[in-house]
Amino acid sequence: MKLRRFAASVALHALLVAAAALTLFPLVWMVGVSLMPAGEAMALPPRLLPSAPTLEHYRTLLGRLDLARYLLASATVSLGATLFSVAFNSMAGYALAKLRFAGRESLQRVLLAALVVPGQIGMLPLFLLLREMGLVNSYWGVLVPSMAGIFGIYLVRQYALTIPDALLDAARVDGAGELRVFYSIALPLCRPILVTLAVATFMGAWNDFLWPLIVLTDDRLYTLPVALAGLFGEHVQDPELMMAGAVVTVLPVMLVFLALQRYYIAGMTSGSLKG
Amino acid sequence: MRARRIAVVLLLGPALGLLGLFFFVPMIASLALSLTDFDIYAVADRSALRFVGLRNYQVLLGDPLFWRALRNTLYFVVVGGPASIGVSLAAALAVHARGARLKGLFRTVFFLPVTTTIVAVAVVWRYLYHPRFGLLNYALASAGLGPVDWLGDPDWAMPSIIAMAVWKNFGFNMIIFLAGLQSIPERLYEAASLDGAGRWRQFLHVTLPALAPTTLFVTLLTVIGYFQLFAEPYVMTQGGPAGSTRSVVLLMYEEGFRWWNIGMAAAVAFVLLAVLLGVTALQATVRRLLSASAARGGGAGAAQPPPPRARKGKVTA
Repeated sequence: MKLRRFAASVALHALLVAAAALTLFPLVWMVGVSLMPAGEAMALPPRLLPSAPTLEHYRTLLGRLDLARYLLASATVSLGATLFSVAFNSMAGYALAKLRFAGRESLQRVLLAALVVPGQIGMLPLFLLLREMGLVNSYWGVLVPSMAGIFGIYLVRQYALTIPDALLDAARVDGAGELRVFYSIALPLCRPILVTLAVATFMGAWNDFLWPLIVLTDDRLYTLPVALAGLFGEHVQDPELMMAGAVVTVLPVMLVFLALQRYYIAGMTSGSLKG
Repeated sequence: MRARRIAVVLLLGPALGLLGLFFFVPMIASLALSLTDFDIYAVADRSALRFVGLRNYQVLLGDPLFWRALRNTLYFVVVGGPASIGVSLAAALAVHARGARLKGLFRTVFFLPVTTTIVAVAVVWRYLYHPRFGLLNYALASAGLGPVDWLGDPDWAMPSIIAMAVWKNFGFNMIIFLAGLQSIPERLYEAASLDGAGRWRQFLHVTLPALAPTTLFVTLLTVIGYFQLFAEPYVMTQGGPAGSTRSVVLLMYEEGFRWWNIGMAAAVAFVLLAVLLGVTALQATVRRLLSASAARGGGAGAAQPPPPRARKGKVTA
């Protein structure tokens, strides 16, 4: 019996380790190739690790190919989206959860129904609209659709529902106005879900491809993913260089996730399980 | 009272204003545009715009390119969806298994691909799939197989994209399954064990029924997300070879932003929306049936805890 349990445990862990290795492999290989001297990745038999690690491709990317510009663009757009989305969605989510007003129920029904509608449906008119507003080919144009979102509003609403009304009423009795109650009492209590929302928005904005591809026509304004796709067209024959570009594109989000994953995972899964 | 009304306006105003202007208005405008012949000339001069009724839809439904794109997308959803959900469930079960060590580490590792940018990993996978120097063909060759032109062969291109998508996405559904597994009360397993049920029967009669609502939720998220396939074929195959990976959204992008057939592209968008609404309605029906059978408490449903309410809190895909 003991032996059988031991064997089962070994099998389970072998499976987990194998699956983890398989999952990590493309990422580890990406880093490995990015450090290879030019030409080494296109060889038979294929190499997994560089013979003599070099940073030359990172230098080329940041120097001649001006990748720092795109990195900065991605950072601007993602941080901007995060800032606005946390501010606006937390305000709206709190109001839906804790303030009574006429039409609240029907508003929630409309928002819930629209939750399954992807943004792509309205993408063409949105583009024409932004063109009229002079926002095409600007970071505001990239930002605008992610500044507020139904998913974000709901994430905050679900969380804010758990705040006891007595707490808010106590502040009101003490003479605090509604905005004050939101800002000084509710918002600090919502901090964990705001971190979740911030990470989710940052990740979504950084990784978004279709919308910046459409809005940004000037290649000097490109965000990293759009720039990388463009580079890939010209440099298909330079795997080492492209892998370095992929590393630079992927790394910032990965670090943000690793630093804040506890909040992110807790918030995302509670949102899916609670009513 | 008045102060509260002002607070509601101030708090809700910015988000609703933005959503209205940049989400709801474009959505309705999209429907209107799909009934016009809005094209490159109308972009420059609005007087070239004409109302054409349902003609865009007629043309679309008679166009083999559209049906090809719809078939490709369905292929991705019907094969890639279950594959992705299956891998997610397997990963969640393994991480959650009694006696598994380092759960947190494995969970993080399995989630890492979710955080990546699709364009970047598409680049990586294109080299893995390289017909001559790719590691995949090298591995096949050492087993005496291949080579396969993964992205260049119309029969293999979509499966190759699906494999990459499964790798990239399974971690997200895994954390939702993990949360579902953690919410199953331990006493259900104890009761089943007292009744003499082994591990396998506990899995069949406790775990699976209890996970049914989670599975349904994950399925809806995944199906809706997978119907929007775009970046993978855009970067890896440009919709080829021979149109075998051109998805509905890629078709919309090409019609709209390459050829400026905006009326036609809007019609494509609305056909996609109709399909998505159909999927959502189907999911709602299944959920009703599921909770009805749980309420009757027959068979496997007997061991089921009350399903967590309304799981519509969240759609990220």
